[in-house]
Amino acid sequence: MSVAAIKKYEFAPADSVDKFHGAQLLYVGWEDHLMFCAPFAFPLPPNMPFAALLEQVLPPVYGYHPDFARVDWAKAEWFKSGKPWRPDASKSLAENGLRHKDVIRFRTPGLTGIAGSCS
Amino acid sequence: MDMQATKKKLNLKEKYRAMTRDLDWNPSYQKLEDIYPYASYEGVKIHDWEKWEDPFRLTMDAYWKYQAEKERKLYAIIDAYAQNNGHLNVTDARYLNAIKILLTGVTPLEYMAHRGFAHAGRQFPGAGPRVACLMQSLDEIRHAQTQIHSLSNYNKFYNGFHEFTHMFERVWFLSVSRSFFDDAVSAGPFEFIVSIGFSFEYVLTNLLFVPFVSGAAYNGDMGTMTFGFSAQSDEARHMTLGLEAIKFILEQDPANVPIVQRWIDKWTWRGYRVLTLVAMMMDYMLPKRIMSWKEAWEVYFEENGGALFKDLARYGIRPPKWLDQIAQDKDHISHQAWCTFYNYALAANFHTWIPSEEEMDWLARKYPNSFDKYYRPRLEYWREQAAQGNRFYNKTLPMLCQTCQIPMLFTEPGDPTKICYREADYKGEKYHFCSDGCKEIFENEPEKYIQAWLPVHQVYQGNCFPEGTDPTAEGFDPLAAVLRYYHLESGRDNLDFEGSEDQRNFAAWRGQATTNA
Amino acid sequence: MSTVFIALQANEDARPIIEAICADNPHAVLNEAPGMVKIDAEGRLVVRRSSIEERLGRAFDLQELQVNLITLSGHIDETEDEFTLSWNA
Repeated sequence: MSVAAIKKYEFAPADSVDKFHGAQLLYVGWEDHLMFCAPFAFPLPPNMPFAALLEQVLPPVYGYHPDFARVDWAKAEWFKSGKPWRPDASKSLAENGLRHKDVIRFRTPGLTGIAGSCS
Repeated sequence: MDMQATKKKLNLKEKYRAMTRDLDWNPSYQKLEDIYPYASYEGVKIHDWEKWEDPFRLTMDAYWKYQAEKERKLYAIIDAYAQNNGHLNVTDARYLNAIKILLTGVTPLEYMAHRGFAHAGRQFPGAGPRVACLMQSLDEIRHAQTQIHSLSNYNKFYNGFHEFTHMFERVWFLSVSRSFFDDAVSAGPFEFIVSIGFSFEYVLTNLLFVPFVSGAAYNGDMGTMTFGFSAQSDEARHMTLGLEAIKFILEQDPANVPIVQRWIDKWTWRGYRVLTLVAMMMDYMLPKRIMSWKEAWEVYFEENGGALFKDLARYGIRPPKWLDQIAQDKDHISHQAWCTFYNYALAANFHTWIPSEEEMDWLARKYPNSFDKYYRPRLEYWREQAAQGNRFYNKTLPMLCQTCQIPMLFTEPGDPTKICYREADYKGEKYHFCSDGCKEIFENEPEKYIQAWLPVHQVYQGNCFPEGTDPTAEGFDPLAAVLRYYHLESGRDNLDFEGSEDQRNFAAWRGQATTNA
Repeated sequence: MSTVFIALQANEDARPIIEAICADNPHAVLNEAPGMVKIDAEGRLVVRRSSIEERLGRAFDLQELQVNLITLSGHIDETEDEFTLSWNA
């Protein structure tokens, strides 16, 4: 369907990748840890290694949670757009197939939040 | 009250006719479609505007008479309330934070409604709806003004009430209510009147202006009680206009039914999402509580909305979509919203806090299926950490829904432990949504929503810093720059209620009001 | 039959109106809340000018209801003498 309008109705998207100064947006969610009320949005360089996401970007973000210190990245299960997905930590975001505004989630088996409440 | 009931020269129906239809005329040297250029492009077919009948049969002379009386009453009360330092009679200064949300998130919508109805009133070719829209347009600017006047008294004493129009156009969570109304006023006149007049006014505003405002009265806020009930008495007329508009459009042509149905689905969902704020205000921000959000929802939406949609079934209209999910959500959304604002208390113009033990017990009684299981452990953990000086402040920006612009905080229907993710591709770009409702609304009109001013993305694009800011400078603190752009003073307008200037001032002033110390 | 309702401010102006509504609608249920009363009635609820005038001791124009009204639901039919709320289903 399209917008009912009195004349041609066409606009450029407000959030195309060219507007982010060389970065692309990546959304990240941690399953079963809703103390962080929503997934996060990060502007990241596409050539950043995936390992840097795990080692530099995420720790200050999730570190407040007592479960985070117990995360074993080797056992983490990853999902991209909800489907199982396997990242290669030595490759860049782009080489891992991550495009602007992709959403990934990770599940950390055995870790289910504060008192098992998925908080 | 000492009103004079004057002897009538015309009966009500005759007078209504004289003061609406008889003021209209048929143009002779301009074409109708040139005078009303927006009357047909939405696809709604109207054959006979004469069939429109305002059940209130209110005419402009009577309108002025009764509105003037309402204004006299209202201003007498808010003046007395201010003169008598009534603000010190509210139960607890935490309460005022709900009113900050009202001023920054709702009052500007009243002004938008004023403009929207002025526009719709100009565009309808029928005299009946034109007069009704004119009155509603005047009502709405009255609501904006009375709310600003009532709440300006709080602005003299408490933080976060300042520059609400500036904040409305910038602060992240206010984009939710702002974009809702932008969506409505940028639609055609028929969609506008269905969106605001019917879906918002008839189906949803009772939840804000009846149980919440009764709660304001219960918490000693005479100012809010007065403007709230005074506004809602106009809403009674607006709801009648909304219902009449729906009936009229549906009766005019069967081809209008599917168009109206899509608008009912869209606008019930859009309005329901905005009401998440009210859910949180009722369950967490009223120190003395009269009913839970869930109970209010059952009375004003399920019962009353149910009666309404049963009545409209004869036109071929079914209840709005996604009601199953809405029914499950009522156990959760107030808690999820409060946790979100607790997360992002650094970047809001109001304070948040952990509810007291007694309040948590109340929440557990009202939400036996959800509170203790999913939300209490979270709140207790935060309380424990705050007691050790480690209050949780989330400093990373959240992913937002492209349609409702709310952080992706809502959970899967049927599973409150899983965030609900939906996505769509449009012209090579990816878009994300919090729900099936928001996704379908996007897919019906993608060109509209790809323009969304999403606060998180705008910050990352560098558009939310004060002019002259250099984000590449060494030691650049983006959050501090964003707060300056919002005109919020960090440490004063934001953060936890515990330790806030509002808390200290209220305690000191109340002490002066009740002792000679 | 669905329920219609009318809510009025709990003040002196509204008291005779509330009394009149309750007297004219024996099936109605009065719910009191802080600052307001909500009157629920199955199917239909009528507000009668004559009943209000009897209690008020003066002429009353039904449109004066606007001043102390908070909200309502149902289809409205208004004449000089009666203000009626109803659902068709």
